[in-house]
Amino acid sequence: MSDMTPTIRLRGLSKSFGDKKVLDGINLDVAKGTSMVVIGGSGSGKSVLIKCILGLIEPDEGVIEIDGVDVLKAPREQRTALRARIGMLFQNGALFDSLPVWENVAFGLLAQRRCSRAEARTRAADVLAQVGLAASVGDLSPSELSGGMQKRVGLARAIAAQPDILFFDEPTTGLDPIMGAVIDGLIVDCVKRMGSTAIAITHDMLSARRIGDMAAMLYKGRIVWEGPASGLMDTGNAMVDQFTHGRREGPIQMELRK
Amino acid sequence: MTAALDFVALLGRLLLGACTTSGRLALFGLSGLSHIVRPPFYGRMFLRAFVEIGYFSLPVVALTAIFTGMVLALQSSTGLSRFSADSAVASLVVLSVTRELGPVLAGLMVAGRVGAAIAAEVGTMRVTDQIDALSTLSTNPMKYLVAPRLLAGLIALPLLVVVADILGVMGGFIIATAKLGFNAATYLNSTLNFIQTDDVVSGLVKAAVFGVLIALMGCYQGYNSKGGAQGVGQATTSAVVAASVLILAFDYVLTELFFAR
Repeated sequence: MSDMTPTIRLRGLSKSFGDKKVLDGINLDVAKGTSMVVIGGSGSGKSVLIKCILGLIEPDEGVIEIDGVDVLKAPREQRTALRARIGMLFQNGALFDSLPVWENVAFGLLAQRRCSRAEARTRAADVLAQVGLAASVGDLSPSELSGGMQKRVGLARAIAAQPDILFFDEPTTGLDPIMGAVIDGLIVDCVKRMGSTAIAITHDMLSARRIGDMAAMLYKGRIVWEGPASGLMDTGNAMVDQFTHGRREGPIQMELRK
Repeated sequence: MTAALDFVALLGRLLLGACTTSGRLALFGLSGLSHIVRPPFYGRMFLRAFVEIGYFSLPVVALTAIFTGMVLALQSSTGLSRFSADSAVASLVVLSVTRELGPVLAGLMVAGRVGAAIAAEVGTMRVTDQIDALSTLSTNPMKYLVAPRLLAGLIALPLLVVVADILGVMGGFIIATAKLGFNAATYLNSTLNFIQTDDVVSGLVKAAVFGVLIALMGCYQGYNSKGGAQGVGQATTSAVVAASVLILAFDYVLTELFFAR
């Protein structure tokens, strides 16, 4: 495997639900150590794209490669091992209500039998500190936390096992601008510190530019633009410009159900 | 002619739908049961489910059993007295409770209490992405959520039925001795002489099957729930209704297997 092999490589990825084609031949490369931000309107297939890579949804056709290994054709054990290298921050946190915060954070470590419960608790406190939360938060229930704190705990859980690939699903949705900036900062810190490869999906253009090295826009199941995230607000692509500037008029028409 | 064809098409769709659901449920159940014996095991999840299904259902099962035994003694006394067969009250109570009413009523009460709770919890986990989160954390949801609950149902229900049997018979004993004028020693003697091992064992086997059915329906409906709070509500209702109907259907099948001559 050469160093040029992208960490994540998608080719011709397609997925339909009934008559609706959600992903339509997606091709995307994410180089090692870079952050790719995928933008696109609601229902454009962003979450389905991430769920396909995570193995939560089986694509109809196409290739998903992680470090050159075709995940869909790999034996189950190898597939499980590859996916164990991925950490995920869900849009709503998806914290386990029945467990205290520290067990949420250490869940992956305990599941993989990588340490004892006592060690896991110490590790959880360390990771909570990395996302700016005190160790005492570990004893709280997720329902006792604010939205911003839940995102931080979700981020702590995603990075606790030190994965080399990280996915972020709408990391700043529902947060005030300051908390959004804090979460973005934590994401960037974590990704850079661990040298991880990341894919984030977001509607938040400010967040996209803060998190991403590269960006791609998904529209009607296809990648319609790809380029540096820093130039996202001035791409020269009519679709991307309409989306990033939030204009009503342009090539993207809202689909209204009749 | 068209109306007749539409009707046949509707019947066909319903039949295919029923077959599909049965097949999915069977595969789901087999997968869940297979994870009971395949590591890794989640002892804490099992203990939690066991306490929820077994311990916290004790009051409702106990009250149901004791009142059922009391009513049974009263009803059978008035009925049997018409044939001058009052002495059969003790045997009728113990036979009805151990073979039939203990497991079925305990099963129905637990289905209402626990089946709904399991469906609501698993359903909420589904619609809030917690089940997807389990998968991303190297944890098989069938192993973590379903297998411990199936095992807890399998073990807890027979234990609950032992309690229900004892309290049901005790309820009959209280009414027979306090209200119907039976001699306590004679009543107990009749009960112990009449009861056979098969009567109790058949009830316990039924209870084990009902326990698995209750947990299975709760998990299956919750696991496949969609669409937010409304979906979770529907899953909860479906879990209780389906488990109750299955308990009655399997009760007949198991009775046929145990006692049909």
